[in-house]
Amino acid sequence: MSSFAFLGAIETGLLFGLVALGVFLSFRVLEFPDLTVDGSFPLGAAVSASLIVSGVNPYLATLAAIGAGALAGLMTAWLNVRLKILHLLASILTMIALYSINLRIMGRPNIALLGDDTVFTVLQNLPIAMHIATPIVLAVVVLVVKIALDFFLSSQLGLAMRATGINDRMARAQGVNTKFHILLGMAISNALVALAGALFAQSQGFADVTLGVGVIVVGLAAVIGGEAIVPPRTVFLATLGCVIGSILYRLAMALALNADFIGLKTQDLNLITAVLVTLAMVLPGMRNPLRPRRAKGPPHD
Amino acid sequence: MKALRLGLLALMASIMPLAAQGAEKSVAITQIVAHPALDACRKGIKDALADAGYVAGKNLKWTYESAQGSPTTAAQVAQKFIGEAPDVIVAIATPSAQSVAANTKTIPLVFSAVTDPVGAKLVSNMEHPGKNITGVTDLSPIGAHMRLIKRIVPTVKRLGIVYNPGEANSVSLVNLVKSEAPKIGMSVVEAAAYKSSDVLDATRSLVGKVDAIYIPTDNTVVSAFEGVVKVAEEAKIPLFAADTDSVKRGAIAAAGFNYYDVGRQTGAMVARILNGEKPGDMAVEGVSKTELYLNLRAAAKMGVTVPTDIVKEAKDVIR
Repeated sequence: MSSFAFLGAIETGLLFGLVALGVFLSFRVLEFPDLTVDGSFPLGAAVSASLIVSGVNPYLATLAAIGAGALAGLMTAWLNVRLKILHLLASILTMIALYSINLRIMGRPNIALLGDDTVFTVLQNLPIAMHIATPIVLAVVVLVVKIALDFFLSSQLGLAMRATGINDRMARAQGVNTKFHILLGMAISNALVALAGALFAQSQGFADVTLGVGVIVVGLAAVIGGEAIVPPRTVFLATLGCVIGSILYRLAMALALNADFIGLKTQDLNLITAVLVTLAMVLPGMRNPLRPRRAKGPPHD
Repeated sequence: MKALRLGLLALMASIMPLAAQGAEKSVAITQIVAHPALDACRKGIKDALADAGYVAGKNLKWTYESAQGSPTTAAQVAQKFIGEAPDVIVAIATPSAQSVAANTKTIPLVFSAVTDPVGAKLVSNMEHPGKNITGVTDLSPIGAHMRLIKRIVPTVKRLGIVYNPGEANSVSLVNLVKSEAPKIGMSVVEAAAYKSSDVLDATRSLVGKVDAIYIPTDNTVVSAFEGVVKVAEEAKIPLFAADTDSVKRGAIAAAGFNYYDVGRQTGAMVARILNGEKPGDMAVEGVSKTELYLNLRAAAKMGVTVPTDIVKEAKDVIR
């Protein structure tokens, strides 16, 4: 594998680390299986790209993308808590609606950003090459988001949100407004995913309405794979696992792309994803505290 | 855990840089999705290169990856190829080309089957691209297509189009159809198919509303073309296509190019770059070779008799 492909995988892995943190918040903290991300990822790309090509400052455009993602998450949560639509279905509804909305926002299926100013343009003036500088900057961004999320989840508000996910009846009995926490959590989760989409569009030079294909699978693979490698004993470790899982997933994909010697091709990537997620769930034995333990099974290591 | 750690070790070991490559030329092909037209394009590139003396597997290192329809994977494929620094990267279809263009300003990029290279910001000038990018656009001669439909079925008043509004190429084509069709007295009825499983229903929605159906070079619809044929035959609606490959799959006619020839044209450009020309000095080429393909068996099923003078013009007739 070349250093360019290696750093490229790290870059994409860090971008999807933001997706993984978002999926962690919905899927693990709130126990809300959320397919909205397949729509909010391209939403972030669509909003930021449309604004950038119409002359808006890329940082403002990225902020707008984050806001749009939060709205998408609120939509799903609202369908669930107010209209009582099953969470999975609520998220599917928002996801398919977002496909049309994204087309409306962009006005066409593909917006090119090649040559436009993006948040990454400043890196061109640095003495180091873009393909090295971009992952470094992204690493800082992801780290800041991760630490902010850690602080949030350890705050009074975050604890109430975690209680909502673990046992909403109990949480309500303790005076927690669970509906509010589902709304807030889903908004933050999809805001993170939309941020990832906005940054992906800007680093790869285009927003395309098909960008969302399989984002949720990649997010879940990162979260579950991360748990297998970094046991989620604390919030700090759990979110760290998400980011590491995401990077390792991309490295595994890059490996598959470069594994000519075993005869792997890109068409095998979906199969590899399935195998990776399965391995990640089975290999660590029963170490995952978030999963019910089986009565009989291999001993704890 | 041990097995997992071993797996990680294997992963790290493979991240070692590749051994230095020999003096042979190398071409890397990235393609957004595998379907017959794009695959034919790729084959055309390979054959044209072979004719120019660059034989894959002999004196040419030929690498190919399909992104399986995912732009994220296309980006990673682009990064892989750029890291390997081949002599030329060939990108089939818009998102694949954009991913490569975003990641390199130096490695020559030849795109193929991109309908609107200026809109996709791959080049700013079709005549003198200037940078490291040139290629072949597959913009259909829409006016000629409309006139052909009118010649074969003169009674057509309402023309149906099935396309994916999520494909940049198709949207440009449909806009062209909407400006060309009224010139010869046809109105346009659109049916949207967002994914290949929607194609059958989208086509059905046109039954009773149109006198003929035209399928542009749309990846989604072409990949599910049999569904369109089924509906057209059942409802006896004449079906026309933009690409000649679709004629043997059941369209009555296409006055188009086939993607194999688009590929050959692309391959010839790649060979010129391998011989030392600069992509920036090479104008973006439109499709140079169009031919008429007819399927009289399909015509009969759809209740159409193709005039004999048109049959004589055809390059290939399925009877």
